[in-house]
Amino acid sequence: MAERCAVVGIGQTKHAKVREDLSMAGLVREAALRALEDAEMTFADIDAVVVGKAPDPFEGVMMPELYLADALGGAGKPVMRVHTAGSVGGSTAVLATHLVQSGQFERVLTVAFEKQSEGDTTWGLGGGRSGSVGAGGYFAPHIRAYIERSNAPEHIGWMVAVKDRKNALKNPYAHLHMENLTLEMVRDSPMVWEPVRRFESCPTSDGAAAMVLGSERVGDASSTPVAWVHATAVRSELGQFPGRDPVSPRGGHDCAADVYKQAGISDPIRDVDVLECYVPFSWYEPMWMENLGYAVEGTGWKLTEDGETDFGGSIPTNVSGGVLSSNPIGASGMLRFLEAALQVRGMAGEHQVDGARTAVGHAYGGAAQFFAMWVVRDTKP
Amino acid sequence: MRDVAVVAFAQSPSRPEVETTETQMLFPIITEAIEQSGIERRDIGFWVSGSCDYLAGAPFAFVSNLEATGAWPPIPESHVEMDGAWALYEAYTRLQHGDVDTALVFCSGLSSRSDLRETLAVQLDPYYLMPLWPDHISLAALQARAFLDHNGATERDMAEVAARSLRSAKDNPNAQVSGDHTAEELLGADYLVEPLRPHDCPPVSDAAAAVVLAVGDRARAVCSRPAWIRGIDTRTDPHSPGVRDLAVSPSTRLAGEKAGVHSGPVEVAELAAPFTHQELIVREALGLGDDVEINPSGGALAANPIMVSGLIRIGEAFRQINERGRNRVIAHATSGPCLQQNLVCVLEGE
Repeated sequence: MAERCAVVGIGQTKHAKVREDLSMAGLVREAALRALEDAEMTFADIDAVVVGKAPDPFEGVMMPELYLADALGGAGKPVMRVHTAGSVGGSTAVLATHLVQSGQFERVLTVAFEKQSEGDTTWGLGGGRSGSVGAGGYFAPHIRAYIERSNAPEHIGWMVAVKDRKNALKNPYAHLHMENLTLEMVRDSPMVWEPVRRFESCPTSDGAAAMVLGSERVGDASSTPVAWVHATAVRSELGQFPGRDPVSPRGGHDCAADVYKQAGISDPIRDVDVLECYVPFSWYEPMWMENLGYAVEGTGWKLTEDGETDFGGSIPTNVSGGVLSSNPIGASGMLRFLEAALQVRGMAGEHQVDGARTAVGHAYGGAAQFFAMWVVRDTKP
Repeated sequence: MRDVAVVAFAQSPSRPEVETTETQMLFPIITEAIEQSGIERRDIGFWVSGSCDYLAGAPFAFVSNLEATGAWPPIPESHVEMDGAWALYEAYTRLQHGDVDTALVFCSGLSSRSDLRETLAVQLDPYYLMPLWPDHISLAALQARAFLDHNGATERDMAEVAARSLRSAKDNPNAQVSGDHTAEELLGADYLVEPLRPHDCPPVSDAAAAVVLAVGDRARAVCSRPAWIRGIDTRTDPHSPGVRDLAVSPSTRLAGEKAGVHSGPVEVAELAAPFTHQELIVREALGLGDDVEINPSGGALAANPIMVSGLIRIGEAFRQINERGRNRVIAHATSGPCLQQNLVCVLEGE
């Protein structure tokens, strides 16, 4: 019943610790203009704008989409603002997709961003109270529980850290370009939140991501390859209660099962060519491998160890460098969705996976309790 | 498009200085809306909420609000940092897919926890406007002046809006302020910020609200008289007051056209205009004549829980159709400084 939807334009900023050359409006515009250029459109062609970002206290602007409406060509149009914590970049793309799939609009611009240098994220996470432990402090016990449960060797975390940073060298937009990073350097980096070492953590970044989504007609008219959306899903679960498994949350599992069913994926590791999943701390790669159905419980780390998550492996994961290499929080989820689309369009440049035809984008947020995913392909659903 | 209807609505009374959290406010309201709808909680196909971190005074305020949904097993759920009316717009969009038939929309706002004259200043352009700390009442006063100069309306016309709103609110137990006042009486008060007097401005309110939506025959099965959403649209004006004509609301006009306000006669309009002159601007933008009954609930001048006021208008429109037998009612929501962003929803009986 839903209309078809295609990704017809993609843009992102050069992510960096501080983009002091740009205001917040300048930042979102840099990504939006690149997406419009890719789509061979201007702001005048756009019917609706969907903005996403993580909590407003990060930058200190309440509902900044109101102010950003001017920079994003929002006058006279619907401007929506999504906020679902770290998963927001994904949830934002999902709402934008639905505005097209519902038949209400032909061309929707969606933009997600964070300008972390405008404020203090760790302060923002705790609302200035309780001397916030930061996201790493919150997730470290879950990671420790995973290691205990799976008996994974310690070097798995170092391997993910090195792989994603090496991949980032092939992505000109990535924040971190760490030449010659080795397992030893990761191992010897300071312990920040046991068992998470400094080089196993994502950076804090300024950055924005943007996509132009179009109807079937718009997708058919594109002069460049487009990515067709085959499935979208979101799931939320309570953050704390007895019986919840925060290491492999049911919400993430259900969300994955939902998109696979919609897209006709029965065996994810066989049917998916590229995975962009939300890995802010290195251990989340093997954890999501299990949660999202690429490995049975307790064995996700073996995919990492065997190189299956790298180029040439059975499930290349975060070949863009992932969240470990760029983390403009509100945009990080959309970057996963956008990189998946870039792959099936065959336009990922140096980090292109040969022959990628089915790709999955994934984002999570809150206490690993909010999930958003999509499946894109080079062919129509 | 699939036919989507409002089948249930619940709200907490709008009050100042509510001592509970947003989550605590939401618990009974979500339950009441679900019970009213007769739909099982586990049968809700999609959930979406509207709230604002800055009003709650904490980041991720919506995360704890999830507790009030009972999100286990995990639920398909989204959140907009917008008034609940826009959350309802996302739910309406989601219901067009055809795979789910019901949605629950909820929202909450604690306007009285902070000094809104400071908090809402942080909603402005952070580089060129916010550093001047213009408060929302002063910005509204600039707009009121522009409107009076443009339209030929008078401060008495504005006072009449206030008098009517407060009178109507006497019949609404959820309203915060109400009473019998004449325009003359109200005009005797000193200016708050010229040309605005206290009666031209909204009270500061806390509240929560929830709406249940259902599609087609599902709506008919659970509700004696559903309010069908015949059109819903939202539009935005530029942010900077310097590039807008504050006396008019092009985004409201456009949203009204797109939603199909004029494809039939309007009996009642529930308008979320927090300032008296804004009601006059919105009425003009929507082309609502004197024959249209405006805000029988008392509107936003009688209770203005930010992030909730818009969804309450849609809920009140539902009641007009469901309980009072009206056939065609308009609901309006607004957000941002000086009516920057507006949503218009056209609801009809069967």
